[in-house]
Amino acid sequence: MSLMTINLKVWRQKNAETPGKFEDYKLDGVSEHMSFLEMLDVLNENLIKEGKDPVEFDYDCREGICGSCNMVINGRAHGPKHKTAACQLHMRTYNDGDTIVIEPPRAAAFPIIKDLVVDRSAFDRIIEAGGYISVKTGAAPEANLIPVPQDTSNEAFDYATCIGCGGCVAACPNSSAALFTGAKIAHLNSLPQGQPERDKRTVAMVDQMAKEGFGDCSNYAECEAVCPVGISISSIAAMRRDYIKAIF
Amino acid sequence: MKLDPKIPSGPLAEKWTKHRNDIHLLSPNNKRKHKVIVVGTGLAGASAAASLSELGYSVEVFSILDSPRRAHSIAAQGGINAAKNYQNDGDSVWRLFYDTIKGGDYRSREANVYRLAEVSNYIIDQAVAQGVPFGREYGGLLDNRSFGGAQVSRTFYSRGQTGQQLLLGAYQAMMKEVHSGRVKMYNRHEMLDLVLVDGKARGIITRDLVKGTVHRFEADAVILCTGGYGNVFYLSTNAKNSNATAAWRCHKRGAAFANPCFVQIHPTCIPVSGDYQSKLTLMSESLRNDGRVWVPRNKDEKRHPNDIPEEDRYYYLEEKYPSFGNLVPRDVASRSAKMVCDEGLGVGDTGLAVYLDFRDAIKRDSKEVIEAKYGNLFDMYQNITDDNPYEMPMRIFPAVHYTMGGLWVDYNLMSNIPGLFVAGEANFSDHGANRLGASALMQGLSDGYFIVPYTVGNYIADVDLPKVSTEHEAFAEAEDSSKKIMDKLLAVKGNKTVIEFHRELGKIMWDKVGISRSKEGLESAIKEIRALRDEFWENVNVPGDANYYNKYLEFAYRVADYFELAELMAIDALDRGESCGCHLRDEYQTEEGEALRNDKEYAFVSAYEFLGVNGKLETKLHKEQLEFEFVELKQRSYK
Repeated sequence: MSLMTINLKVWRQKNAETPGKFEDYKLDGVSEHMSFLEMLDVLNENLIKEGKDPVEFDYDCREGICGSCNMVINGRAHGPKHKTAACQLHMRTYNDGDTIVIEPPRAAAFPIIKDLVVDRSAFDRIIEAGGYISVKTGAAPEANLIPVPQDTSNEAFDYATCIGCGGCVAACPNSSAALFTGAKIAHLNSLPQGQPERDKRTVAMVDQMAKEGFGDCSNYAECEAVCPVGISISSIAAMRRDYIKAIF
Repeated sequence: MKLDPKIPSGPLAEKWTKHRNDIHLLSPNNKRKHKVIVVGTGLAGASAAASLSELGYSVEVFSILDSPRRAHSIAAQGGINAAKNYQNDGDSVWRLFYDTIKGGDYRSREANVYRLAEVSNYIIDQAVAQGVPFGREYGGLLDNRSFGGAQVSRTFYSRGQTGQQLLLGAYQAMMKEVHSGRVKMYNRHEMLDLVLVDGKARGIITRDLVKGTVHRFEADAVILCTGGYGNVFYLSTNAKNSNATAAWRCHKRGAAFANPCFVQIHPTCIPVSGDYQSKLTLMSESLRNDGRVWVPRNKDEKRHPNDIPEEDRYYYLEEKYPSFGNLVPRDVASRSAKMVCDEGLGVGDTGLAVYLDFRDAIKRDSKEVIEAKYGNLFDMYQNITDDNPYEMPMRIFPAVHYTMGGLWVDYNLMSNIPGLFVAGEANFSDHGANRLGASALMQGLSDGYFIVPYTVGNYIADVDLPKVSTEHEAFAEAEDSSKKIMDKLLAVKGNKTVIEFHRELGKIMWDKVGISRSKEGLESAIKEIRALRDEFWENVNVPGDANYYNKYLEFAYRVADYFELAELMAIDALDRGESCGCHLRDEYQTEEGEALRNDKEYAFVSAYEFLGVNGKLETKLHKEQLEFEFVELKQRSYK
């Protein structure tokens, strides 16, 4: 097993009010089998032992499903591997002596909390505006009373698989949240259960997205390119189609 | 301490209906005057918060993460059980109940488990109505798959992301209620302590993890939905922030902790690769539907697995358990994996792994069929290990996954502290000594959607709850004691990091309180835990300050609690002089190496009362005798 030396340039920022800057670190003994976040754990252990402030970054499941991690690695949200969240990236992707630049996702709607940690509560507010089907506990009909064609269900799943990490926002030159919002709208609007609230949901979520300060979509498709679960921009088309239908 | 399970009288199938008819109700205009705190936003927490709000209660909900949608329920892969009998294979509420009680090796309450099975069907209805995209057949109706410990197909699934889809359903239901104004959400807030006034749970102390500030919240009832304590072992399939602090603080305030030694070790995880490892990744049990588990027959086998001919492969589960084969329950599969590795037959660099092979399934069904079923799991495996599981067998090994133990609750899911309810993995209620696959999602949602909303209402209607203010001295005392712990941790300024201590604790637990346990090992574990705990308080290095975002301070606070809980787990494992489910004591095995239960002496729930920590953990064992009126206790056999 080969061990590598990795040079890191990490964005350090105390809080939203204080300007931040890149700090350089050199890390020896990096194993190719380490995950990217485990490499940062090792950096932090070293920093703590040196009496320095460890780098704060968000993570939880480390299995690519919770959507906590969303750092931008060498200019790309979640790093170089296609359809792979930062926590599923492994150091075997890199070579001995490489320099890696790590920064938070940058968007006006995601204020920085500390270092690589940002506030993504705008996403919760977009869901709150209408990202659900209004069914009270206990009011549901028997599950097989609503047949859903297999293709429809599969398509709904492909949109519902969004992990809410915000990588799409980080990648977009406009800092748009169209992929995130579109994915939820396309998921719910494609199902028979989602029809009664279709128009109301679409308008409320799109309007909330704008209110949060996310930019508009200009079809760059950078979002789809970095999405760790491969959400298609066809969801944005579905969102626009339904929005136009709803307002006229 | 008095532990009354409050199981309703009458026939098993009528208990829950009768109880619901008997419990007291609150009128809608009275409900809005009552506040309920929900801690945790996984399946149990999010579904409870949504349902209580729909009923009209004022709800405050707390999550340690930046969004409720990230709670660790999201990582559950395989599926959720329900007794719909859509496959016409003879399933029923009784069979789901029976499989669950048997799977738990007869260490759970009949009445609770029956209710779980009864409610299971409503969960599927609810989730489908919310738009959860379950797997479907060509005709548009719901599909099922098989899981361990059952001979029927009753597991509903959304590819390998069932937990994610169910959690998003519950999260969205809760966000709908946030929109209504009845649910108030506090993200990045961690519960540090429980506040008791006049012996009742009346509030919590939290820390705002961003600002570092400590806050007081009062309520008429507190529902703890904070998950399990698998992270005591450091390496587990739990998320990095999953922790036991909220539950342990409730225990220290008087809530009994039940069956702490019942820890599920999941058989199909990706093996450990190095010292830097931060967590273990599960491969869904559903893989055992098509994958065959084996090791080489010869200890000194050097060939690539694909070159090992059939006669030199030991399909040990199929040989030992012909009727269940690769689908034996998790405890049996994990123990068998350990046994073959102990015999020196393990594979990989460390010898601590077995093969899970899809060669025959791919030959039988085609690569496309296998990819459609498990594609995302295969991708995940390849990503982590750099091996292609379509072309060579996966290497897997057991890892800590789920804790059946938890805070003691009665039939109403209320702890022995009035007003403190516990739901989901955080309670001990339904899985006995071993949980069957696809039953965690079922229990979390059953508790949250369909049980707690009724029983909390009954409690509020029943008891006198005078208004309390957060200025009450009990709040001041709890806030003060939480702050003191943080100050103490920061003041040590020692030489070892929190992670180093946690890793050492985890190693003691894995080696001596893990898959198999012995009297000797447990006694030594208790000594080692105490010594390491003392060292922790003298030599831990917690960086930074308490008054801003500081993840390592959060960890330190949690690890301090693990050190006490770990000792309780070892004490309980030592006290339970039998083998049952996941608890295997070397001294109590059949001649064939199966768990040897002792129903005469140990058919009880161990519930511990906290007395103090003074060099050692002072604790008192209370026993809730388990009565089996409806099932006959048998030696489990999956042969």
